[in-house]
Amino acid sequence: MNSSENVIEISGLTKHFKNVLAVDELEFTVLKGDVFGFLGPNGAGKSTTIRMILSLIFPTSGSIKIFGKTLLDNRKEILSNVGAIVEKPDFYGYLSALKNFQILAKISGKVVSQNRIMELLELVGLKDRAKSKVKTYSHGMKQRLGIAQALLNDPELVVLDEPTTGLDPQGMKEIRDLIIRLSKDENKTIFLSSHILSEIELVANRMLILNKGNKIVEGRVDDLLKSKVLKVTVEVDKPEEVKNILQNTQWYQCIESIQGNKFYFNLEQEDIPALNKYIVENGILVSALVPVRSLEDYFLSITAQAK
Amino acid sequence: MIVTLVKIELFKIFKKWRTYIGFIAIGILVPLLHLAMYLEGQKSLDFITRGLRDSFILVGNLLNGYWISYIILNALTIHIPFLVALVAGDLLAGEATAGTYRVLITRPVSRMQVVTSKFIAGTIYTSSLVLWLAIMSLVIGLIVFGTGELLVMSPDAIIIFEKGDILWRFILAYGFAALSMSVVCSLAILFSSLVENAIGPIVSTMAVIIIFIILSAFDVQILRDIRPYLFTNYILQWREFFYNPLNLEKIIKATLILSGHILIFFTATSIIFKRKDILS
Repeated sequence: MNSSENVIEISGLTKHFKNVLAVDELEFTVLKGDVFGFLGPNGAGKSTTIRMILSLIFPTSGSIKIFGKTLLDNRKEILSNVGAIVEKPDFYGYLSALKNFQILAKISGKVVSQNRIMELLELVGLKDRAKSKVKTYSHGMKQRLGIAQALLNDPELVVLDEPTTGLDPQGMKEIRDLIIRLSKDENKTIFLSSHILSEIELVANRMLILNKGNKIVEGRVDDLLKSKVLKVTVEVDKPEEVKNILQNTQWYQCIESIQGNKFYFNLEQEDIPALNKYIVENGILVSALVPVRSLEDYFLSITAQAK
Repeated sequence: MIVTLVKIELFKIFKKWRTYIGFIAIGILVPLLHLAMYLEGQKSLDFITRGLRDSFILVGNLLNGYWISYIILNALTIHIPFLVALVAGDLLAGEATAGTYRVLITRPVSRMQVVTSKFIAGTIYTSSLVLWLAIMSLVIGLIVFGTGELLVMSPDAIIIFEKGDILWRFILAYGFAALSMSVVCSLAILFSSLVENAIGPIVSTMAVIIIFIILSAFDVQILRDIRPYLFTNYILQWREFFYNPLNLEKIIKATLILSGHILIFFTATSIIFKRKDILS
């Protein structure tokens, strides 16, 4: 991979808050065009890392390169091409959304026209409330406004820290669609931190799981999920017979639980057809076979292993 | 960029309700003092000059706009720091409280530029507050009470300035008052850079001023020795412009000391803010 395609390069990044180690020797790379999922339980060090990437806090050690340049030495140049929401988006509540955007536009490092501002407000459905004071906005409206402000300077890199917090399901879907559109149509690189893990699964192509300041795993979302054990629900018409025929086979140890006529297996992808065939060949009808492979399961298992 | 940032800071300052508390307070208080002087001023003047009248014949309009403005300036310079701290203490801490540091610092502006623009905007606010005091007390005073000679009691003499010899003294005195209030402003911004809530810097600034004034008031040797290092010792030296002859050396020294304080507070704030982790 050409280093010029690396949008974010993190190397040996460490942050101590007095005696607390928040981020420990973190290493990862975000490539151009990535929707990079940044996952981790509360207190994992996600926000601390994001704040270091945006120069809100200073690393204890390690380096951050963005667009191939060191953040510390090229901060202004880099930030003129970065848009961000950090945790909950806050604005000057005593000013309107329009005024807030006009102020931020003036210091965004790029020429931002009034049309661009109105387009963004329309994009997040706030054009009609553009002249209302932000303090009158609901949390969801502020969240959408935050996303619009992150795009104000038409940045190459968009850092979104929990962007769907406080949004209703429809709003969450709109944000997901927006992230996909920004990535596919406008070729922007998205660094997305979220607690809603299914969201990462739906939009991210690469991801990193962080726990207690340490990287647990990093890679393509598909690859990371493919090789792992799935939770498979098999629904049959004769559960007792199934139990008997499986008893002396390799499958028996894979049964996690049995509830009525439903068997819950922990299986690898390639074992599913063989199990199905074995049951059917023994004259038992399989009425449903549902493999569940969620990032949530993966995330929980991998963070549990890390403990 | 710095001009843009200063304009933005001024826009934010003057869009906040708390900014106008000082202007409203002066706008209410000074006319009340004018009214009191209009009704009772002559009695006060007679009381002050009762000793003089035994030896001299005082003629002309001594109860005039200049004298009223001089009295008001004496009375209010102690209280204006609170009005200054009310706004200046909020300049950095207010961003932390509102969470807007995050949108501000993630823009391509340096932290030094942010601090500098806040200092400049704070100084402009402070100067506009002093200018408002000048307009309310001097301009309105001259309109209501007219002009005349200014009678000033200096520590070792009674001075009466002619009409034509007064206005420039007031202009310089208000300029000096703006400088000394800017020290208060910069101290409040320094405190504001340390915390994430504006109440702390406001209270701390006032506490420092009150403590320094108390220390200045006690006439004991040890306190006399530290007095030159307390900036509050110089806040009332605008009075020097109403002494005759002018003690230029004293005025320049006070000006340099106050300017030095601003520079020190600005430098300290810049260093703190440049190293600060934004966690709000």
